[in-house]
Amino acid sequence: MTVDLAMTNRFIERAEAKGLVDVAVATMDSPVGTLLLMATPRGLVRIAFDHENRDEVLGDVATRLSPRILDAPRRLDAVRRQLDRYFAGTLRDFDVPLDWSLTGEFARKVLRRTARIPYGSVASYADVAVGVGTPRGYRAVGNALGSNPIPVVVPCHRVVRTGGAIGGYGGGLPRKRWLLALETG
Amino acid sequence: MSTVKATALPPFQFVFEQHANAVLTFLRGSIGASEAEDCFQETMLSALRAYPRLGDGSNLRGWLLTIARCKAIDAHRARARRPSPVADPDPGAVVDAHLEPDDGLWDQVRGLPSKQRKAVVLRFAGDKSYPEIAAAMSTTQDSARQSVHEGLKKLRRELR
Repeated sequence: MTVDLAMTNRFIERAEAKGLVDVAVATMDSPVGTLLLMATPRGLVRIAFDHENRDEVLGDVATRLSPRILDAPRRLDAVRRQLDRYFAGTLRDFDVPLDWSLTGEFARKVLRRTARIPYGSVASYADVAVGVGTPRGYRAVGNALGSNPIPVVVPCHRVVRTGGAIGGYGGGLPRKRWLLALETG
Repeated sequence: MSTVKATALPPFQFVFEQHANAVLTFLRGSIGASEAEDCFQETMLSALRAYPRLGDGSNLRGWLLTIARCKAIDAHRARARRPSPVADPDPGAVVDAHLEPDDGLWDQVRGLPSKQRKAVVLRFAGDKSYPEIAAAMSTTQDSARQSVHEGLKKLRRELR
C-alpha cells in the first residue's frame, strides 16, 4: 500500500497548520537552472543552485536549523512568483522577508550591505568592505559573499573586483555573468 | 572544527519518503483500510512533533512503527467505545508488520473468524501484549489469549 499524493498533501497541510514545519522546501525552474528554495516561518533562508546536491543541502540545514524539514512548496509561492518576474526582467527589487539564521554576524552585515546595491549596478569588494566599516577586510568580505546562503535574492553577484574584473561566484561565473547581463539588459 | 554525530537526524522529508509506505501498510493491516489513513496522519504528525527531541536516529522505522502501534490502539479503543458496531478490519489489508514475504500465511489469517483474526493480527502484526489486545477488543485478557490460541490452532491445521 502506498501513500498517494493526496495523503501526502493532507499531511503537509496539517503539519503547516500546526506550525510543525520549521523549514519548508520547494524547487523551481529558472534560466540559471533548477533552484532549491527553503523558508522558515521567519522568511527565505536558503537558495541553492543545482550544482549543489539536494540531499546534502537539506542535510546541512537539518543539522544547522532543524530536522523538521518538509517539501511544503506553498510557503514559497510568493518567492517563486517574484523570482519568475525577476528572471523575466520585470522585477528589480525583491520584497520578501529573509531569515539570516544561516549567516554569522559579519557575513550578515556584508550581505545586508550587498542587498542595497541597486539593480543593474555593481560595487567592488573594497566598496563593500568600506561600507561595513572594515576597509581592509575585503578578503573577509569575499568569503562572506561566497557563503551567501540566499544568492540572487541577496545580490552578491553585483559585487565585482576593483577595475571591473568579474571576481568569483558561489554559483559559478557563468551564472554571475548571466545575472549581470540580465540586469544591464 | 565540527563534530559529526553518528546518529544525526536526517531531514524529516527523507524519513517520510523512506518509511511512510511501511507505516500505512502496517496500519491497514492492524486497523483496516477505512481508519488507516486517519491513523497514518496522526502518526506522522506526532512523529514530526517529537522528531527534534529524538535522541537517536538509528532506527527511524522502528520508532515510527511504535508510534503507529499506539495510534492503532487508540483507534481500537475509540471504536470499542462507539455504540454501534463498525466494520471489521479490512480483511484484504491484513499484512505482516515486517513486510516480508509470508508464503500465504496472511492469506490464511484473512480467512479466520473475525475475533480470532483481530486477536492474531494485534498479537503478531501489531506486536501487542494481551492486556493491550484485551483493551483494543473490549474483552478480557483470558478471552484475548483464547482467541489468539484458537486462531493459531486453526492456522496450524490449515497450513499443515
